[in-house]
Amino acid sequence: MMMNRRSFLGTTAALAGTLAAPAVLGQARPRAVVIGGGAGGATAARYIANDSDGMIDVTLIEPSRHYYTCFFSNLYLGGFRTIESLGHSYGGLASGYGINVVHDWALGIDRDARTVALAGGGSVPYDRLIVSPGIDFKDGAVPGWSTAAQNRMPHAYKAGSQTELLRAQLENMREGGTFAMVAPPNPYRCPPGPYERVSMVAHYLSENNPTARILILDPKESFSKQALFEDGWARHYPGMIERIGPDFGGANVEVRPDSMEVVVDGQVEAVDVCNVIPAMQAGGILQTAALTESDWATVIPATMQSVMDENIHILGDSSRQGAMPKSGFAANSQAKVASMAVRHALTDSRLFPARFANTCWSLIGTDDGIKVGATYQAGEDRIEAVDTFISQLGESEEVRAETYRESIGWYDSITSDMFG
Amino acid sequence: MLRRVLLPILATLAGAPVALAQEGDAEHGAVLFRACNSCHVAEPEGPSRTGPNLYGVVGRAAGTLEGVRYSPAILAAGENGLVWTFETLDGFLQDPRGYIPGSRMSFRGLPDLQDRMDVIAYLTGDAPMVHSSDLGRLSPEIFTIEGDLEYGEYLSSECVACHSARGSDEGIPVITGIEPEAFVLALHDYRDGHRDHQVMTTVTARLTDEEIASLAAYFALTEE
Repeated sequence: MMMNRRSFLGTTAALAGTLAAPAVLGQARPRAVVIGGGAGGATAARYIANDSDGMIDVTLIEPSRHYYTCFFSNLYLGGFRTIESLGHSYGGLASGYGINVVHDWALGIDRDARTVALAGGGSVPYDRLIVSPGIDFKDGAVPGWSTAAQNRMPHAYKAGSQTELLRAQLENMREGGTFAMVAPPNPYRCPPGPYERVSMVAHYLSENNPTARILILDPKESFSKQALFEDGWARHYPGMIERIGPDFGGANVEVRPDSMEVVVDGQVEAVDVCNVIPAMQAGGILQTAALTESDWATVIPATMQSVMDENIHILGDSSRQGAMPKSGFAANSQAKVASMAVRHALTDSRLFPARFANTCWSLIGTDDGIKVGATYQAGEDRIEAVDTFISQLGESEEVRAETYRESIGWYDSITSDMFG
Repeated sequence: MLRRVLLPILATLAGAPVALAQEGDAEHGAVLFRACNSCHVAEPEGPSRTGPNLYGVVGRAAGTLEGVRYSPAILAAGENGLVWTFETLDGFLQDPRGYIPGSRMSFRGLPDLQDRMDVIAYLTGDAPMVHSSDLGRLSPEIFTIEGDLEYGEYLSSECVACHSARGSDEGIPVITGIEPEAFVLALHDYRDGHRDHQVMTTVTARLTDEEIASLAAYFALTEE
C-alpha cells in the first residue's frame, strides 16, 4: 500500500530507480540518521525513506536485531500474548524502503562535525539526526536497587528478556506469596503501564495462585486511569491488590535484593517477587551529547527539534515536549511530524502544521479494555492538548470487549506503521 | 472487507426514509444475532453452517458464497440481480418468506425496524452505511470541496496508526480505498455527533471541511 500511496505523485518509477542504484546518487543525497529503532525511530526512518521517494539517504542505528514492543508486554505477563508475538525485525525497513539498518550502539554525537560514533568503530555522518533512544533508569532512584540487581528484582520496563524473567518469577512464586511492585515517580514511560501490569499479574495469579497478594509501593498521590483500574481490580480481583501511596510510605522505599525484602518507611517486609520500576531519564546518548537539562531533552513542538541543536530532532520518551504522555503511540505520532520537518529541511517538501495524537489502551481483565487519549497541537513552547477522552465507569461488557479488540487492531496497525 | 463495503446510494426508497436515517446499534444487533447463531456465523474465515457465513454479506450478490447449499429461490434471486444491501436486507429480515418465497430460512422475521437496523449495523461493523437519506444531512457543497492530496497524505499518517494500511480490519475498520462520499459523510457524522465513538469523535473534532476532503481524496487513492 505504501508504494501505491506514492504513485499518485508519479514518482514510483523514480523511487525504484534510486533504490536500485544508490551508488549513483548516494553521494549527492542528503543524509538523515536515526538513533533508536523503536516507536519513534523506526517510524521516522520509514516515513522519511518512503515519503522522500529515495531523495534522502536514511540510516537507522539500533543495537538489537529483534525489537520487542514494550506496549502489550504486560499482556504477555497476563498470558494474553506470546513473547514471540511482540517481536519484530528490521528486515522490512532494509529491504522494502532502502534504509541502511546498522546494528550497533551509538556511542556519541559530534554535533560540530555532525557525525555519530559507533561502538563497533567508525562514524556515520548526518545532515539531520533523529534521536529516539527511549528511557534510561536513574541510578540510586530506589535505594538498594541498581541494574546489577535487575536479575533478582527485574524492572521489565524495557521489553524482552526482562519481561520473560518477570513472567518466570511469577510462575515460580510460592503459593500465597507476595508480588511487590515499586512504581515510578512522574514523569515516566507509559503512565498506565504499571497499573495494567498489576492487572495482568493479578489475572495470572487469580487463575494460578489465588491466595497470593500484590503490593504496590507508589510514590505518587494518584495515577493514570486510577478510578477505572481500581473499579476493575475490585470487580476482577477483590482483596488481592494493596496499594501504599506516599501518605503511608510509598515514597520512602528501600529494596534488599539479596534477602528479597522491601523496607517501607522503616518497616521490613519479605516479598517473593519484586518488580522495581525506578525513576527515569532520557536515554544516555542524549545525556552524553549534552542535549538534556534536568533529565529530559527539550524540543520545539512544531518540528521536534532540540532547543539546543537545530540539526537534531528528539522523539518519544526522551523528549520534554509538553502535554503528551511518554508512550509508543506518542513517539509514533511525533515521528511523523519530525519526518515532515526533516524532509522539508533537506528536500524543500511542503511543511504542514504539526498535529499529534495519542491513545493508551489498557487491559484490566479478560475482555475488559479501557482507553484514554487526546489530540494535540504545537503551541509556542510546548505541545498542548486539544481534545481528550477517557473510558467511563460502568460501561457495558460489550463496550469493554470492543475496546480490547480495538487495542489488538491498533497493535497490528502501529507495528506495521513502524516496521512496514 | 466487511467493514468498508459501501452501499450504493439509492435513488428511490420504498420504506420510511426518516426512520432509516437513524443509527443502528451494533451492540444490540449482536445480541439479536444470537437468534441466528444456530444457522449462521458472522466471522472472518468463519464456516458456513446450515446458512452462509454472514461476514461481509453487505454488498454480496445473493446466493454466491462458495460451499453453501442455497435454496433454488435464493439462487434464482441472485441470478436475477439481488444484492444484499441495507435496503434488501431490511426487506428480507422483516419477512424472509414474504420477501423471497421459497427461501429455506425458517426465521419468522424482525417486525421492528430498529431491531433490523441493529442487526444490519452488527453485520456491517463500523462501516459507514451510506444512504441517500444520510447524505442529505450534509449540504451538497461539502461533497464538492476539492481535497489537497499532499496535505491529505500528511494528515492520513494520524489515521494509519490505528487503521491498518495492511488491510487487516481486526478490531478497527480498514479505511484504505474507501469511497470519498462515504468517507466524508462518516467523518462529518462523527464530528457532528450523528455517529459516536470516543476516539473518532475526538479525532474529527478539529478537522475542517477542507481537511476532511483532503483525507477523503487521499484514502480513495490508497489500496489495501
